[in-house]
Amino acid sequence: MSIICTPAADLDPAAAAYDFTIPANRPWSHVVKAGQTLRIVDLEGCQAVDTLFYAAADFSERYSAQDTLLAQGSAYVTTGTKLMSNEGNVMLTVVADSCGRHDTSAGACSCEANTVRFGHHTRYMHACRENFVVELAKHGLTKRDIVPNINFFMNVPIDPHGGLAIVDGISVPGSHVDMVAAMDVLCVISNCPQVNNPCNGFDPTPVRILIWNGEAA
Amino acid sequence: MTDKARQIEALRRRYLELKAAGDQAAPKALPGATALDEAPLTTNLIRHRETVPGGWYWTARLKRGERLRIINTNATPGVAFFMWNADDTSERYNSADTMKLQWTAALPKGRVLFSDMGRVMTSIVEDTSGAHDTVVGGSTPASNAAKYGDGALRNSQENLRLAASKFGLGKRDLAPAISFFSPVSVDADGKFTWREGVTKPGDFVELRAEMNLLIALSNCPHPFSPGAYAPSDIEAVIWQGAPPLADDLCRTATAEAVRGFENTDPLFA
Ligand SMILES: [Zn+2]
Repeated sequence: MSIICTPAADLDPAAAAYDFTIPANRPWSHVVKAGQTLRIVDLEGCQAVDTLFYAAADFSERYSAQDTLLAQGSAYVTTGTKLMSNEGNVMLTVVADSCGRHDTSAGACSCEANTVRFGHHTRYMHACRENFVVELAKHGLTKRDIVPNINFFMNVPIDPHGGLAIVDGISVPGSHVDMVAAMDVLCVISNCPQVNNPCNGFDPTPVRILIWNGEAA
Repeated sequence: MTDKARQIEALRRRYLELKAAGDQAAPKALPGATALDEAPLTTNLIRHRETVPGGWYWTARLKRGERLRIINTNATPGVAFFMWNADDTSERYNSADTMKLQWTAALPKGRVLFSDMGRVMTSIVEDTSGAHDTVVGGSTPASNAAKYGDGALRNSQENLRLAASKFGLGKRDLAPAISFFSPVSVDADGKFTWREGVTKPGDFVELRAEMNLLIALSNCPHPFSPGAYAPSDIEAVIWQGAPPLADDLCRTATAEAVRGFENTDPLFA
């Protein structure tokens, strides 16, 4: 398994146009403008950041995991990956990644999927798709608009026989991923509350969001 | 050890137990592919039979318990497929849950396809190829343009939108699809590869509806399939097979499937 890490661009957090720390377990959303750089920092390491993107001009155009995988011909998201929409347009490009491995096949946890994965006793535990519904509602969107997302810092290798499991993350405190937006996008995050698998090291922690204006901005 | 560290350890232990159980119940316990001459159709139980030309789409309504057999007459490389709960179309096929709930991206005979609500939509009751891809899905105008130099060729993304429209549904109601007869693997470096020689003329997959369903199907080549653009006829057959017994393979293959049916069956109790 080759994992390629690239250092962050030389961006000064003090010069960021936007700086917010999403508490453990919580949802968040914000519009990232074309040309801006979005950085997600895994502050304490091993925290899955379930992320969806919608074109700010038309929410029916949204992140598509299959278009993204189709465009790059490989199964994981890292530096160079173009995050594609369901209309075949580039939404953002990953330009730096100190972790090197992000998943876009396994989607977000939900109360209902948790019952199947971990047992019916986990039905009433907070989950990512609950976060998504609450955050999307602020923008007039519903459960219908939730599609399989990107899980930044989540390690889900798929083996040649198809075997797939969520295994220990490889992100460390301060791991980050930088993306440059190619269009104005609504970014919606669920800072995953899951404690039943290793995606969060069984202990959800906060993540920091930084946005810098682009050259043209 | 702190209380928190102890709690983390206990959760990790439980996860590893579940994973071990999932891995153990995984492909080993499955029976392998159906032979081409196995599982013949009982012709007097067929409700509908239709030829879908290459490049076209098809829609159907299935009642719980009915079966859909897709026959790949000429080994066309890929038939994209999507489905909704007919009684509440906000519930629909979820590729991510289907994979992670069964610890596998491989979906041969014995596996089930999950909705986004922790319920089983269909069971794969017969399958001669074991070569289905739900990671990458179907073709798009862009993939046809890149591969064949012609973005105007019929593609699965537009076909599934057309199919959805016939149910009064739209783009927002679509999500990643599954592509039958599409032997896509992920190599050690994460690259997708197409396994040649895996599918053959006459291959079929048979799905048993576990809820009332709206079905959308697109008969277009998988974007990673080699060769020229040459989709040809497939057959779609809806028929009434025997109802599942208590020891039904798909209902009992894994602990996850059992719990999935515990979530599904009360809808029809
Ligand atoms: Zn989650």
